Amino acid sequence: MASKDIYYVPHSSKWPLVGSLALFTTFIGGGMLFNDNPNANYVLLIGAAAVVYMFVGWFNDVINESTSGKYSKQVDTSFRMGMGWFIFSEVMFFAAFFGALFYARMFSIPWLGGEGHGGHNGTHQFLWDSFQASWPLSVMPDPSKFTEYKDVIPAWGIPALNTALLLASGVTVTLAHWALKAGNRQKLVLWLFLTVALGFIFVYFQVEEYAHAMNDLNITLNSGIYGSTFYMLTGFHGFHVTMGAVMLLVILLRCLKGHFTKKDHFAFEAVAWYWHFVDVVWLGLFIFVYWI
Amino acid sequence: MSTLAHDHDHAPSGLKRWIYSTNHKDIGTLYLIFALTMFFVGGAMAMIIRAELFQPGLQFVDPQFYNSMVTVHALIMIFGAVMPAGVGLANWMIPLMIGAPDMALPRMNNMSFWILPFGFALLISTLFMEGGGPAGGWTMYPPLVLQTGDAFPFLIFAIHFLGISSIMGAINIIATVFNMRAPGMSLMQMPLFVWTWVITSFLLIAALPVLAGAVTMLLTDKYFGTSFFDAAGGGDPVMFQHIFWFFGHPEVYILALPAFGIISQVIPAFSRKPLFGYASMVYATASIAILSFVVWAHHMFTVGMPLKGELFFMYATMLIAVPTGVKVFNWMATMWRGAMTFETPMLFAIAFVILFTIGGFSGLMLGMAPVDFQYHDTYFVVAHFHYVLLTGAVFALMSAVYYWLPKWTGYMYDEKLGKIHFWLSTIAANVLFFPQHFLGLAGMPRRIPDYNIQFADFNMISSIGGFAYGLTQLLFVYIVIKCALGGKKAKDKAWEGARGLEWYVPSPAPHHTFETPPKLTKQMLEM
Repeated sequence: MASKDIYYVPHSSKWPLVGSLALFTTFIGGGMLFNDNPNANYVLLIGAAAVVYMFVGWFNDVINESTSGKYSKQVDTSFRMGMGWFIFSEVMFFAAFFGALFYARMFSIPWLGGEGHGGHNGTHQFLWDSFQASWPLSVMPDPSKFTEYKDVIPAWGIPALNTALLLASGVTVTLAHWALKAGNRQKLVLWLFLTVALGFIFVYFQVEEYAHAMNDLNITLNSGIYGSTFYMLTGFHGFHVTMGAVMLLVILLRCLKGHFTKKDHFAFEAVAWYWHFVDVVWLGLFIFVYWI
Repeated sequence: MSTLAHDHDHAPSGLKRWIYSTNHKDIGTLYLIFALTMFFVGGAMAMIIRAELFQPGLQFVDPQFYNSMVTVHALIMIFGAVMPAGVGLANWMIPLMIGAPDMALPRMNNMSFWILPFGFALLISTLFMEGGGPAGGWTMYPPLVLQTGDAFPFLIFAIHFLGISSIMGAINIIATVFNMRAPGMSLMQMPLFVWTWVITSFLLIAALPVLAGAVTMLLTDKYFGTSFFDAAGGGDPVMFQHIFWFFGHPEVYILALPAFGIISQVIPAFSRKPLFGYASMVYATASIAILSFVVWAHHMFTVGMPLKGELFFMYATMLIAVPTGVKVFNWMATMWRGAMTFETPMLFAIAFVILFTIGGFSGLMLGMAPVDFQYHDTYFVVAHFHYVLLTGAVFALMSAVYYWLPKWTGYMYDEKLGKIHFWLSTIAANVLFFPQHFLGLAGMPRRIPDYNIQFADFNMISSIGGFAYGLTQLLFVYIVIKCALGGKKAKDKAWEGARGLEWYVPSPAPHHTFETPPKLTKQMLEM
């Protein structure tokens, strides 16, 4: 442990620059992809590989510095604040999409359906006067431009099961944390393994649900505002769950390698926070996207 | 009373010092140089705009390119000049002001910086793509922006990329301020510049992810057939405006709050008095930040909101005048009966107070919904936000550079040239923007390369002011370079009335400062 009288400032590192370059390459690849450039996939692949390389290399350095006892309590606190505010920024990212869902349900669809005063009646009258407001929006104002779908995903099927899975994984990760604090490695590994497994099972069911939605119910991104909000919200959430599960997996491997002590296990806690965050977002999704 | 710092650890040499840096001063310098460079890139675009508007009719560029210039000028000045300059100052000064050895997360700090050149490479490259650069305005309203050519995905990704940089920078500042303060410095003993940056950081973390979400929806609307902003599918183009301005209005304060912080450092120093109403300044800053999240729709009074919405957003907007007024009166009260001197930083600070207040007043006019119906999307809006951002934010940044240059370089800048720079800038900026108020009130729309003959005179005057302002800034570069190379040696405390911990380390500040926590004396904590 570093002396508490002397501040710790990490030595210089190539990873920030590698990371910037990697993201730069990825974004160029993405841009090329949307412009139908035939070489887009190669650029994207190089970029993505470089991003992974950066993460592995950067975290490797940090883990080595941590296990060799270079970090003080103060560094630990900085990391905690960093992770906490990062998660808050993610919350605000999801807020934009929830905001879009609420706006569409509370304002744009009723207005298109003729509700409201003044100009809003005009929208209905002059654009699509036969349009009737409903949620989920099954008949679009201009049906010719959009893919019609048969039905929406009911809340009390796979989504309810997934809710149970994620909530259970929130419990198991807490049990793992208690085991870590009690110094019980066996239990730690067991509960953490269960958490990872529940995470990936969730993702599996989500993929199943998507297949059902696309193949049987004909819901696509092109299915008007319902399809847009459904896929974007659940899609970004699913991506975050996948990332969270990978992060948990890394923590599990580190636990197996004997990392972390009863008192000093910031990385474990950070990933656990992240996991609870995807859990809470899911509850929002379950209620507002699937249920009501 | 000089050395709280040791100079035994010299800066690493060569390229690696800069590209692999974990040093807050080096990264701060990189930020500042980058911001200045972008100030000239964005400025060159402004010169093209003013050249085109010198006379009615189309002279130099085609309308599409003109609109690209308007769009990219705004994006560069906001994300490439003012924000990075602010973060650069935060990097340099916050650790010095709170007695910290560095930023809390130095490597992430370096990544925040190194994203910027790549992000702007992405953005500026769009000007050379099939279909031209983005030309729908920096607000990127659909459906217009969806007509952008190949540039479109690159525009969106550039926004994502720069957003990542800003969020990391903000997280870093928060962690630094809350975790790295020297023992004995309470939150209410921090210099106001530090306070304004903490609050700005909260705004950044809350607002930028929302922008990322908004532009992501634009991307999927264009390429994946979603209908967030398409009424035919149950969405609404106006929805984009709501989400965008939920980011956009806090963004205004992201640009302005650090400027308030700078002015609150400079005015007490040259008035030789403590800042009047320190606590009320902190609370006013926090109030402005909170209010900034509930006023966004005053940017869209004319899109057809329900009357209730118009009224709510109008009154909420007026409310911001209260904490802003608190600040302006506190600055004036600080100067009241002070032993004032008028060195260049103070001149810029006083000009800031006057000219920013003019921008605030025109903002008040725009904030009244019924009146805004006439002013909306006219040159009055352009005049308003340039008073706030150029004679406001940029003048404050200039003030900060003159104020802290002696600490950075170890030399005093050329005071005479500094004053010339100030007077030329101030006169030119007013010649540039004041006539635009009249143009707007007379009905000249913004974002149009041609105009009715009745607007010719004021446009010509405005353009002359624009060229003068642009040329004057070359003098600024000369002054900064001259100061970096030599001059009169600066004392550790370069200004007689300066307060704060940064004046207790040597000038120039050594590569590493406060490697052990400093023992604070009462004198050091004086505000």
